[in-house]
Amino acid sequence: MGGKLLPAALGAGSPHLSQVATSAAHGEDSPYFAGWKAYDENPYDAVTNPDGVIQMGLAENQVSFELIEGYLREHPEAAGWGGGAGSFRDNALFLDCHGLKSFRKAMASFMEKIRDGKARFDPDRIVLTAGATAANELLTFILANPGDALLIPTPYYPGFDRDLTWRTGVNIVPVHCDSANGFEVTVAALQEAYDEAAAAGMRVCGVLITNPSNPLGTTVKRTVLEDILDFVVCKNIHLISDEIYSGSVFAAPDLVSVAELVESRARHGGDDVANRVHIVYSLSKDLGLPGFRVGLVYSYNDAVVTTARRMSSFTLVSSQTQKTLAAMLSDEAFADAYIRTNREHLRARHDHIVAGLARAGVSCLRGNAGLFVWMDMRRLLGDGDGDATVAGELRLWDKMLHDVKLNISPGSSCHCSEPGWFRVCFANMSSATLDLALARISRFTDGWNCCS
Amino acid sequence: MAFKGGDLLSEKAAGDGHGESSSYFDGWKAYDMNPFDLRHNRGGVIQMGLAENQLTLDLVEEWSKNHPEASIGTAEGVSQFKRIANFQDYHGLPEFREAMAQFMGQVRGRKATFDSDRVVMSGGATGAQETLAFCLANPGEAFLVPTPYYPAFDRDCCWRSGIKLLPIECHSFNDFRLTEEALVSAYDAARRQGIRVKGILITNPSNPLGTITDRGTLAMLATFATEHRIHLVCDEIYAGSVFAKPEYVSIAEVIERDVPGCNRDLIHIVYSLSKDFGLPGFRVGIIYSYNDAVVACARRMSSFGLVSSQTQYFLARMLSDEEFIGHFLKESTRRLAARHERFTSGLREVGIGCLRGNAGLFTWMDLRGMLREKTPEAELELWRVIIHKVKLNVSPGTSFHCREPGWFRVCHANMDDETMEVALDRIRGFVRQHQRRAKAERWAAKGQLRLSLPRHGAAAAASPYLALSSPMSLLSPQSPMVHAAS
Repeated sequence: MGGKLLPAALGAGSPHLSQVATSAAHGEDSPYFAGWKAYDENPYDAVTNPDGVIQMGLAENQVSFELIEGYLREHPEAAGWGGGAGSFRDNALFLDCHGLKSFRKAMASFMEKIRDGKARFDPDRIVLTAGATAANELLTFILANPGDALLIPTPYYPGFDRDLTWRTGVNIVPVHCDSANGFEVTVAALQEAYDEAAAAGMRVCGVLITNPSNPLGTTVKRTVLEDILDFVVCKNIHLISDEIYSGSVFAAPDLVSVAELVESRARHGGDDVANRVHIVYSLSKDLGLPGFRVGLVYSYNDAVVTTARRMSSFTLVSSQTQKTLAAMLSDEAFADAYIRTNREHLRARHDHIVAGLARAGVSCLRGNAGLFVWMDMRRLLGDGDGDATVAGELRLWDKMLHDVKLNISPGSSCHCSEPGWFRVCFANMSSATLDLALARISRFTDGWNCCS
Repeated sequence: MAFKGGDLLSEKAAGDGHGESSSYFDGWKAYDMNPFDLRHNRGGVIQMGLAENQLTLDLVEEWSKNHPEASIGTAEGVSQFKRIANFQDYHGLPEFREAMAQFMGQVRGRKATFDSDRVVMSGGATGAQETLAFCLANPGEAFLVPTPYYPAFDRDCCWRSGIKLLPIECHSFNDFRLTEEALVSAYDAARRQGIRVKGILITNPSNPLGTITDRGTLAMLATFATEHRIHLVCDEIYAGSVFAKPEYVSIAEVIERDVPGCNRDLIHIVYSLSKDFGLPGFRVGIIYSYNDAVVACARRMSSFGLVSSQTQYFLARMLSDEEFIGHFLKESTRRLAARHERFTSGLREVGIGCLRGNAGLFTWMDLRGMLREKTPEAELELWRVIIHKVKLNVSPGTSFHCREPGWFRVCHANMDDETMEVALDRIRGFVRQHQRRAKAERWAAKGQLRLSLPRHGAAAAASPYLALSSPMSLLSPQSPMVHAAS
């Protein structure tokens, strides 16, 4: 059956794609991708490429894998489909945006343990999504209209630019924080950002915080959280708390989750807070399982839970994965041991890198959580004439990338308003590699000290 | 100020774009409240509204038992655990993409080949449709879709993206085939309303019709798309569920063999393992686009809906087992054909006809003759009787935007043989009861009118459909009987 032969000129060239498709809001044209490129083109390998670029820009947790592998070796039924006819079938057919009840219960329990029992989580308020990336976007679709603004304290995770704004049409207005007070959020800064949004004609729909913070590696102080809660109540807006690093708090002070404050305020009769608070969680960081795509939205607002559940159809978690993890995380002994051991491993790594950097004359913001440190390289900016600029930071970054051969993340990629800070990940490599990285930094700063 | 639950949510959240307020959810509710169980609740509602393939899971389960190394948590597979659990690259595991490309070709009888670099993941076909809507059209712009179509397209394509779906009306007089005339008419209607058409969305094989689109129509679509510079999205999620002739033709084949001059930048395929393989829980959606920019954009967007690496790893192994897949596809075809034949012949016994289908997990059942009148309201009335009295959750044609009332989609691959027989018994019982009542009413009407109606009586005997029709149709305005009765 012959088809119509079309003249060559007709149809040449691509028709328009959407504005979303052709916009740069996916963030990948950013100059920071040069770091990834440099690593991809010349990746460090202890044996085959010992002079290659060491990846320190990836917030992955590889320090506690052996605990999970150990569990699976001892409990092979967790990964299989168990005995009994039909359990594979039931799992393969399981398509319910409520998610496996056993998995949600396990997640709720895990979240409680991470918070040392200081807050309770209701499994029926958990909505599963394929990763925190999807959870954050989904919440934005639910809480904001295109053109609205989300206030986010700087420095913040660069991926938010894509996750929260690309397809949603929502804007991020930064809440500026700086080293004068350890980058803590202040009410003044919140108000300033709010006014800036209003002046630009944007309706502010909420505040989004990351607690523990990426890239700072710190937990948010209780008093600051209370201030933020008061602020959102006063302005009648939402609060999203991205707590994906909550299981990675390895030193004092203890994590104060917004969940704790919601409960305490409810006990004291305040009914105005819960409905505006939403938490995002994921197993990508705390459990080191980014490939499994396990995220969730936890909301105290029934309408948000219902809508989120419907929207999760676009981004459900594989039932195979839910089953494997449900078995593992509902094993209380395993969960307790994992949380404790993971914290110990992270603390050891953290202390090691901080000490190594200190010996090299580089200080860090005092951190107690996360998979990275917030390194202070301000004194290495420029030619020493004291003018700290983004251009100076990028020049230093370029040196780190191409001369020192470390892919670290410049603060400007995190929208930090103070040039000279860098996020350095320490949990995504072996300790031998970490030592090598520290040695390279040491040589670099020695050279700097000599010349300045 | 008290902050109520629904306050201060976005328009998208507060609106009905999720599609769940529709009255069609009554069927689901009825099932949820009283689900049929062969052993424990034989009086319950049988679920025939869910297009699931439960006929071949035993084969997949057996493969999984024989290949423990495909599961990264088992002793045989755990050495891969760290690498896989850590793998979050949105390109996907190379072995998964290759296996998927290979499988897609095998499903299409190797009449088309697929490039693994064009395989992009998504959160099921649901996520794939939404991603393509985001990539190809702006809010307010439209895709044209032939009716009847899968109801959730309204949510998947439109809810968060803001695009519109406009119908291309298809009718039973030509077995609901899509004609160029209907397409042009829909396209022109959109233009007249000032709506910019960005693409056409077809499902081939069709849900709910259970039929395939013929080669000529596919070629016509590819040509139309090229001439008008609009996209053509082909949802081929039932491509592996074709169980009888005519042989399946994918758009992939057509653009290579039949319309080589078509603009490939316009052609996009959606695929999934939820139907052909019966693995909806695993959330494996695929966008396959011939347009490089769309591949790049969809891949970035796949960050919002990647397939679990654990699942990618498992499927990479299974899908590249060509021998198993060959056996699976053959056996699946055989079982689907048998089930389809059993169900449709069971319906024929009581004079219920179906659109002649050769694919999919359902049948497009013709109950027009049982309607009180040819209206959507009458269809919904009949539907409620079927749900609440006959206790079958079937899907009314109007929920698929079908313009002709009286058609119902009935899923038959999501249950075992015994349950199927119970369902058939109930349908037969219901239809016979309806026939008896209709006959009694006709005799009563005859008694009142005191006229003999040999002409109509003969017609009734000749066609099983008329035997089911309500007495009302005999009292049409043109009939002399109306005057006689009054």
